[in-house]
Amino acid sequence: MNHLGFKLDSIKIGSFDFTCCEGCQLQLANRESSLPDFLALLDIRNFREISSERHDDYDIALVEGSITRSDEIRRLKTIRQKAKVLVAYGSCACFGGVNSRKNPIPQEELIREVYGDKHIETMPSMRIADFVQVDYSIPGCPVSKKEVEQIVVGLVTRSLVSLPRFPVCVECKQRLNTCLFDLGEICLGPVTRAGCDAVCPSGKTPCLGCRGPADDINFPAFSQLVHEQGLSTEEMREKLAFYNGFTDYHDHEG
Amino acid sequence: MIYKVISKPEFRAFIEALVTANTSYGPRQVDTDSHGEPIYQFMPVSSADDIAFDYTVTTSSAKHLLMPFRDELSRFSFSDGDWKQQVDYETPPIVLIGLRPCDISAINILDEVMLKGAYPSPYYLARRKNTFIIGMDHLPLPDCFCKSMNRHTVNHGFSLFCSDIGNRYYLSINSAKAFSCLKEFCLTDPSYEDNCLLIERRKHIKQSFETNIEVSGLPVFLDVEFDSPIWQKWGDKCLSCGSCAMVCPTCYCYSVEERFDLDLRGSTRESHLYSCNLVDFAQVAGGHNFRPRNGDRLKYRYYHHYRGFSANDNQQICVGCNRCGRTCLADINPKDVINDLRLEGESCVTCVSPSPAKA
Repeated sequence: MNHLGFKLDSIKIGSFDFTCCEGCQLQLANRESSLPDFLALLDIRNFREISSERHDDYDIALVEGSITRSDEIRRLKTIRQKAKVLVAYGSCACFGGVNSRKNPIPQEELIREVYGDKHIETMPSMRIADFVQVDYSIPGCPVSKKEVEQIVVGLVTRSLVSLPRFPVCVECKQRLNTCLFDLGEICLGPVTRAGCDAVCPSGKTPCLGCRGPADDINFPAFSQLVHEQGLSTEEMREKLAFYNGFTDYHDHEG
Repeated sequence: MIYKVISKPEFRAFIEALVTANTSYGPRQVDTDSHGEPIYQFMPVSSADDIAFDYTVTTSSAKHLLMPFRDELSRFSFSDGDWKQQVDYETPPIVLIGLRPCDISAINILDEVMLKGAYPSPYYLARRKNTFIIGMDHLPLPDCFCKSMNRHTVNHGFSLFCSDIGNRYYLSINSAKAFSCLKEFCLTDPSYEDNCLLIERRKHIKQSFETNIEVSGLPVFLDVEFDSPIWQKWGDKCLSCGSCAMVCPTCYCYSVEERFDLDLRGSTRESHLYSCNLVDFAQVAGGHNFRPRNGDRLKYRYYHHYRGFSANDNQQICVGCNRCGRTCLADINPKDVINDLRLEGESCVTCVSPSPAKA
């Protein structure tokens, strides 16, 4: 690839999944209209959803899913050693994701409920960053392919890679949506990082915070708002815990 | 200005003809809130039936139809180690129906900012010149305070303005285009009675305001109260979500972003409407943030609106529509903030130390 006289290399990429639904990885193969251009930027070395070829030389590792078993920790550390850049990819990788809903429930109870008497090794759902250094995070359930494209272009051209720092409300208002609070709903849009183009509120579904908190959110003001809307502290915690993105605020009194 | 009177059915026929032939936007009911009240927005309309002529207020202003939330400023194409820039100012003509006097005043303010400065915006000019505006008066809502800002009437900036005088509209025709469009329809010259009804209507509107804000001398007051603790008090409530600026008819601040195309053969430069309440509004290279506190960010929004910045001739740019106040989830609104500031300032008078005696 040649760009303004500079030779650009496609990036050697490996995509790996841990405890997750692999939906974020599938997003990589989504948006068919731009797929050929997108794939031209990538030299796919290891990505079981797209190719059966497996190579161990990759510069960038996309890591999807949360960590829930000891063998996953070992595998993750090996990936970290091989990758120059490690990207936590999707809400499970970034925050522990919806899998973290099991964390407050006793392990034995969980195993019995799902697997009966079968012996299963499991542990609380953890973030990728709990075990290895993460260079970039792309949150979302699933990730936004458009945002992933922009980040990949940024990595290839070595230009600035960033996520919006403001909350979902900005994008929601730009779409002229009716505020879900006006419809009597509780929406996490005012505290959740934008970049999703307010996809859920645009479909009249309240935001559940899959992209985690925006920068420097005003949590006390938000707590007051939801309490005024009749939500108890416990109910608010339940909502914030959906993707486990707001753990920093869990013990906040509001 | 030419004045005419038109019956409501005939006016509807005029609107029908206009919207059938042109890309048009007007107030439409988009939802019903949890209290059963209708919610309106300026949306595309293709028939007079789509338009809620008796709407109260739209949640968002019509600003984005002249200054899109995201606007492509130019495209770049790369080839043979070189690049070319393409700028496209062309924009299709649009009709905006049902704007209130405050909304039209807001566009007049945007005209000042975007066109009268040292660097007029060709993008804004292209849209503005191609926009046909039909204004309509209305009885103020309990929280409208446009009269305080002296924006409850407007005498320019529109093609046509309609005052509701019962079963007819009293039309103020302000452009040759509007006049020639109306020629096909049955208009009458205003009678003595029509004139009386218009004056009565205006008086009724003027007397219907329930919210008033004392803005006289506010610019100086704001300068004096720059370090007032009330800014952080209201800042502590602010969610920094930017909703106020998005729905505001005059908030025009934007960021510029450049992005490569996915095939790396070109790129685009876009403007994105932004808000001074957002956490990184005043962040510069190196990560330095001039306004890391939400109280400071909120203060600057109020300064821009009620004191004015030199970029807009130190004019107040708020028109008193209170869209920001209605949309704010944290219950922050200009009336309460300004009254709080005044109370704070005036209570201070009692503890001001006496002027030093002349030597």
